[in-house]
Amino acid sequence: MAVFEPEAEGIVLDAEETGGGIVGRSPWALAGRRLARNRIALAALVLFVLIVAVSFAAPLYAKHLAHTNPFESNISGTVTIDGKTRQVLEQGGGKLGLGETPIGPTWHSHYLLGADNQGRDVAARVLYGGRSSLLIGIGSALMAAFVALIFALVAGFFGGWTDAIISRLMDLIWAFPLYLLAISLATVLLTSPHGLTIGFIQVAADSLWIPLVIIGIVYVPYIYRPIRGQVLSLREKEFVEAAIAQGASNLRLIFTEVLPNVASTVIVLMPLMIATTILTESALSYLSIGVQAPKASWGTIIQDGQELLYTRPWVAIAPGIMIVLTVLALNILGDGLRDALDPRSKVRVKG
Amino acid sequence: MRSRSLFSLLTLVGLAALLLTACGGGSKKKASSSSSGQAGGTLMTVAKGAPSGSPDPQINYTLQEWQLLIISHDGLLAFKRTSGTEGTKIVPDLATAVPKAQDGGKTYVFHIRKGIKFSNGKELKPSDVKYTFERLFKIGQSPNAGTWYNVLVGGDACVKTPSTCDLSKGVVADDAAGTVTFHLTKGDPEFFDKLAVPFAFILPTGTPNKEVQIPPPGTGPYKWVEYNANKQMKLVRNTNFKEWSKDAQPKGNPDVIVQKFGLSAEAEVTQVENGQADWVFDTPPSDRLNEISTKYGDQVHVNPLTAVWYFAFNVRVPPFDNLKARQGVNYATDRNALVKIYGGPKLAVPTCQILPPNFPGYKPYCPYTKNPGSGKWTAPDMAKAKQLIAASGTKGAAVKVNTDTVETDKALGLYFVGLLNKLGYKASLQALSPDIQYPYCQNSKNKIQFCWSSWYQDYPAASDFLNILLGCGSFIPNSNASPNIAEFCQKPIQAQMDQALQQGITDPSGANEKWTAIDKAVTDQAPWVSMFNPKYIDFLSKRVKGYQFSPQWYFLLDQASVK
Repeated sequence: MAVFEPEAEGIVLDAEETGGGIVGRSPWALAGRRLARNRIALAALVLFVLIVAVSFAAPLYAKHLAHTNPFESNISGTVTIDGKTRQVLEQGGGKLGLGETPIGPTWHSHYLLGADNQGRDVAARVLYGGRSSLLIGIGSALMAAFVALIFALVAGFFGGWTDAIISRLMDLIWAFPLYLLAISLATVLLTSPHGLTIGFIQVAADSLWIPLVIIGIVYVPYIYRPIRGQVLSLREKEFVEAAIAQGASNLRLIFTEVLPNVASTVIVLMPLMIATTILTESALSYLSIGVQAPKASWGTIIQDGQELLYTRPWVAIAPGIMIVLTVLALNILGDGLRDALDPRSKVRVKG
Repeated sequence: MRSRSLFSLLTLVGLAALLLTACGGGSKKKASSSSSGQAGGTLMTVAKGAPSGSPDPQINYTLQEWQLLIISHDGLLAFKRTSGTEGTKIVPDLATAVPKAQDGGKTYVFHIRKGIKFSNGKELKPSDVKYTFERLFKIGQSPNAGTWYNVLVGGDACVKTPSTCDLSKGVVADDAAGTVTFHLTKGDPEFFDKLAVPFAFILPTGTPNKEVQIPPPGTGPYKWVEYNANKQMKLVRNTNFKEWSKDAQPKGNPDVIVQKFGLSAEAEVTQVENGQADWVFDTPPSDRLNEISTKYGDQVHVNPLTAVWYFAFNVRVPPFDNLKARQGVNYATDRNALVKIYGGPKLAVPTCQILPPNFPGYKPYCPYTKNPGSGKWTAPDMAKAKQLIAASGTKGAAVKVNTDTVETDKALGLYFVGLLNKLGYKASLQALSPDIQYPYCQNSKNKIQFCWSSWYQDYPAASDFLNILLGCGSFIPNSNASPNIAEFCQKPIQAQMDQALQQGITDPSGANEKWTAIDKAVTDQAPWVSMFNPKYIDFLSKRVKGYQFSPQWYFLLDQASVK
């Protein structure tokens, strides 16, 4: 029988919430109820869903409100605000008239947060940037979790040489400096005339898959380690031995006895991993080795804004705020999930 | 000379705008000469980092170091040390006169001035000249030894086996007579220019024939006392210096000149604003331009340069192996937008051609504009562009726009990605690190399609643009040092270039007319999208007086006064 380890009894009788009547609840239902009672975690969840929603609504915002294509330069363009027509890039003042400064926040639907040095709408780009950052963040965290789970189950369950080989491989990835690895890979891919070709799969050099896969691989050991430890421990539990005694195959043992008991750990880790991978994506894109222009991510927009910090700080501040809010929401949500699913766990991942 | 990728931000030995002050396009403040400047004090300058490459004067190829080498060392000849068009004139420096060509331009006899001493006290002798030129080859790393100085008899052998370099037939020194005779394998119309740049500055006999870590003693008014790439460069007065030619090597004003490293460009500007530094080597960041323009206008000097910024098509790789496609993109380019990206109309002027304004052989020519005829670019002609591209049959082709990750260059690349997509191509950006982008574009193995670059003159000669950047000899297949990025080579045009080079030895003005025709012919073939000719900003502290801008060396540091 599969046993959900955090509440080892499998079915918990919750008297408190039924007004004295004893009602049987599954561990998942209990976790859901605990989460529902955690208002801060719920607020974080709502905030995260809101960020995801507005980011994925970027095309609607760009088309119907901002009336702009945020990937196209508009250097010589003009914009009419309160009846006045202004250049999107305005020539510097003084007797010398040096420099061209992008228009600042108008607080209107056109150029709400101003323009960047290509004359593009910053607000629209921040929303589009969110799509890329979230896509890569969530995608790479899912990928890392999936790969780590497989390896951890195999290594922890079989132990011995299998465990030793997989664990050393993970140590190798863990030990490799993340940014050095990413810079090396990105340089090779960017200078390759045809992007990346693996067999029949061809990936363009500016594809979002490249940062997604790089970040995903790098974070596999971060999830592998705690799960492997859990599997090693679960392998020795009585319910597993009982299943062995009943003649269960290895595959059945892994998927029906062990996996359900580590699922909660993975779920707890996910928001924290997503927060971490979003930060990594932003850092890589800031270094020009993640998302490639003219595509946008929060990291690339911060990079664009760095050169305008003195005159147009909103270009860098806006994506910065989005990153902070997203990471904060995911960290709080992760803590809430941990409290709900696995109250005794000491797992912590810093986002 | 390439501006940044290879060297530092504005590497160059540019003969910039021959016109500048003289034509009213340059600094509006009247420059004062050193004689009117106050001597003494320390000129404190700041830069992001040390000059790229080696400190060795025969290896270094950056404006940053050359601006200091010209006040610590001398060549046999020099560019006149002054502002305006005069600053491009060749004058005698360590030689008593500019010699006349003999033997059809293959022989030159220089008489060396007497009584000149190096900063270590040794007296200059003709044999030092021979030693200097042999060392140029022996150190084995001089970037232009093989292309500029192999014209000396024995030069080719020195390029092949540097360690045994023997120029006894190419540079004949006679210490007793005080003469040095140069023998060339063929006439070289640019030989005097090449003698007036730091590669050919004379070093004392005995200077190690290997890369040095601080410029060795020279004959100029200053000497190097510190070269710490992590901290600063420092020059103090050379007590052995006595002015022999105000035109070639005037005495300087500051007692000490320091260039500190390690600040960001933002911090450099703030230091000058606060009076903590006197001059910013690097171009002020774009978001500070408006501020310095409005608040510190009196401390800013803007001067045009003889330089061009361009995107090179690869004329051997689709889709731009098609002339109509190249011309179409040229017609579609909004050069005003590109100028805005660079910093606005006060900092750059749109262009369609190869040669920059106020340069030998330059005549305004711009076919790629609405209403052509005036020679000036006015507006893009999208209708004509689309028509040409449709006729070329290249629509739908994938194009990689190659640039580096420096803010402005990347922004220019992004502009072209948008434009090419609008014209029906499938364009994407390939933004590489500035350290690898230029060599990457030069190597034909990489099959680049459309690549950003810029060029700042080495010396005032049309061939320095047309032959160096678009001559058949400048395309070296599979090499990282192949400045003809466009891989452009047209035999009839090359024949014209060869004729112009030959004619330049005896008839420079006739040759320049030929270069005008060549400039037009090359522009019609559209190997580039020429974007604009940039200008240079000098931002000085309040206390600096006597600013002079040489079209060859830019801000003449030693002629400024800080007392």
